[in-house]
Amino acid sequence: MKRLVHALPDALVLLGLAAYAVPFFWQLLTSFKPEAELLRLPPLLPTRLTLDHYRVVLEQSLIPRALANSFGIASLTTLLALALGVPAAYGIARLAVPGKNLLLLAIVGSTAFPQIATVSPLYLILRSLGLRDTWMALVLAHTSFALPLTIWLLAGFIREIPHALEESAAVDGASTTQTLGRIVLPLLAPGLASTALLTFLFSWNEFLFAYTFTATEASRTVPVALALFPGVYEVPWGDIAAASMLASLPPILIVLVLQRHLVRGLLAGAVRE
Amino acid sequence: MTAGQRARRRRGLLLVAPALAVLLLLTGYPSLYVLWLSLQHRVPVFGIAEFAGLGHYAFLAQDPRFWSAVRTTGLFTVASVLLELGLGLLVALALQARPRGRRLGLSLLLLAWAMPAVVTAKLFEWLYHPSAGLVNVVLGGWALNWLGDPRLALPAVILSDVWRTMPFVAILAYARLLSIPAEVYEAAQMDGAGRLGTLRHVTLPLLRQIVMIAVLFRTLDAVRAFDIMYVLTGGGPANATETLTVYAYRSLFQMLQLGFGSAIGMIVFALVMTVAWAYLRLLRREGVVT
Repeated sequence: MKRLVHALPDALVLLGLAAYAVPFFWQLLTSFKPEAELLRLPPLLPTRLTLDHYRVVLEQSLIPRALANSFGIASLTTLLALALGVPAAYGIARLAVPGKNLLLLAIVGSTAFPQIATVSPLYLILRSLGLRDTWMALVLAHTSFALPLTIWLLAGFIREIPHALEESAAVDGASTTQTLGRIVLPLLAPGLASTALLTFLFSWNEFLFAYTFTATEASRTVPVALALFPGVYEVPWGDIAAASMLASLPPILIVLVLQRHLVRGLLAGAVRE
Repeated sequence: MTAGQRARRRRGLLLVAPALAVLLLLTGYPSLYVLWLSLQHRVPVFGIAEFAGLGHYAFLAQDPRFWSAVRTTGLFTVASVLLELGLGLLVALALQARPRGRRLGLSLLLLAWAMPAVVTAKLFEWLYHPSAGLVNVVLGGWALNWLGDPRLALPAVILSDVWRTMPFVAILAYARLLSIPAEVYEAAQMDGAGRLGTLRHVTLPLLRQIVMIAVLFRTLDAVRAFDIMYVLTGGGPANATETLTVYAYRSLFQMLQLGFGSAIGMIVFALVMTVAWAYLRLLRREGVVT
């Protein structure tokens, strides 16, 4: 019995690792498998590896264009959310804003908003502005949920900066803008970077708005292109696997960069007042 | 109020105003607009728009497809949140108990959490493939049609959602475990608590708060989940995986019933807000949030 209790965690760790490693590995393997061997199991492992799927995806599909769209839209969303979010977070964390609690509640509440409820009005609004199928439509739509997140995360990072530094700057006669620019922003840099990468990630991954507000390659993002991957006679599983790998690259890089911060950041973000 | 305080308020308001304006425009206005839309009969292509009052809601009350979607949403939410919670806690405890493989485990968990849901859906669609899918191979060659069989489709969708979102629970719980000082465990050991005793009387009570928060977040996400079932099954087969969000989406953009679809969207909205409100009350009573 005692041995079992000791062996259990090891077995769980192994099982857990397998449950997460195998699907990733399988998708990676599929992206390199020759077409003829895809639908034949066993053997599980291919006799040779090929780059054909990547070639097809990069040369004959809309994925490269979608990657560019996603990159542009996620970058612009991040910039807009930070430009609006940094001052707002500073105001909420440090200055007296009338109705602050109500405001915070509204911000937290809007992160809980279901997209399905705002998708129809946003569709009509964006259409009447003539923005359908443009980057701008998605930048605005993504900002609607990225901004509350940005403010929420940044306000927490700002509270971690010792307030005394700003107070002494104020005593020395620095204006709010100067304090913000010379004292807060440099100390906030790591938090700012984490927030930016998370905002980018959420915009990169978003599907419902992107699927609804885009119509052509002019603005289709990677998740949409992947969901609409054309297969006339049969599903091109190898190409889809290759496209999936390309779509996962930015999230993978972000996780590698943020790994340590994410564990603490998620905790802080979850329990923060 | 002194002049200094007034100046601080003015500066604060000035800094918050742009973000507030944008949020009012992009979230506040649309959430009032959707209420207005839900009271209308609208077919955009034909330019039809007439006042329907509560007509859509009255129809939904006796629409079997709506109630089936309510049931599916409920099943999906309860099953995936419970599974995520149970497995997530188990994984967090395993990570704490065994340093070996911890880094790799955390990386894999974070990756699964960070990938686009559409990528996860495509990954699982391939794993579930009736003849060439790894799931059936592991099960010894049973040619189960996971996504094509109305009885199997919902469990299959739930499983892929659990795979994608369990890492969130596991990482939260693990981060909380990291913050427990070693002295707490030493004290428990001195008091003669065994492994299971420590788990029951020390570790789990300390995880209580974070578990409640994780359940709140995950429940909200499960009720409004869309990507995973829409891409995996599109709500089928035979509407077996049609949740409220999928029904709303199909009504809005496939049947082009903007008013009717908005009414379902409003119901999801009300559902999410009720869940959030109820949990916030609970969290307040428990002293988790102020």
